Amino acid sequence: MRGSDLHLLYFAWLRERVGKAEEVITLPEGVGTVGDLLAWLRGRGPGYAAALANARTVRCAVNQDFAGPETPVRAGDEVAFFPPVTGG
Amino acid sequence: MATVRVQAEPFDVGAEMAALTAGRTGIGGIGCFVGVVRATGGITAMTLEHYPGMTERALAGIAEQAEQRWDLLGCTLIHRIGRLTPGEGIVLVLAASGHRQAALEATTFLIDWLKTGAPFWKKERFADGKEAWVEAKEGEGLCPSTPLGPVGPRPLYFR
Repeated sequence: MRGSDLHLLYFAWLRERVGKAEEVITLPEGVGTVGDLLAWLRGRGPGYAAALANARTVRCAVNQDFAGPETPVRAGDEVAFFPPVTGG
Repeated sequence: MATVRVQAEPFDVGAEMAALTAGRTGIGGIGCFVGVVRATGGITAMTLEHYPGMTERALAGIAEQAEQRWDLLGCTLIHRIGRLTPGEGIVLVLAASGHRQAALEATTFLIDWLKTGAPFWKKERFADGKEAWVEAKEGEGLCPSTPLGPVGPRPLYFR
């Protein structure tokens, strides 16, 4: 992973719909927040679009802390997308 | 002070209680919650997925909050991952204190938070071989994770 990269992780049914558990991408131009990243990812293909279509059911963590749509995303970050948690 | 573990193996409640009380003579009571896989709707097994690294961090954070709110002499959080069958223990919460009220209240707090604030996901398997991810209950109250789209009011603990 280079300094300009983002490490993306997907869990549970998001992982199944995206078709991969993780990937490294170059921080896309114009992406400064989780919301921006979500919109950018939806345009990457039908799997992503299906997984991320309903933002109500998508949660996110940046560098392993729960994050919201306004949370900044910077090069070098680990960003995870997943459904609402169902442990316990 | 808190013991936090994520493991595939079963846990031994007695052994965990013994470990929690060892060398701590001020303990007057231990609150205990054991979550068990329930065989409802034809469930034959359950698979628990988690986010390694963040899970341990989230559990430690929840334990730290309990220790700040109540006068605890120790607590234990153990959550299992992988494949589980009905009747198996899935989660263990122990909270030790000088008095019962703190121990019981902290135990309730810990399991409520764990259910909504730690990155675990359950997939159920049914007798006919079908599998389905468990959906989170709407407005389950305490969830600190922020939806990326509009939902209901913010959870109570975050107002």
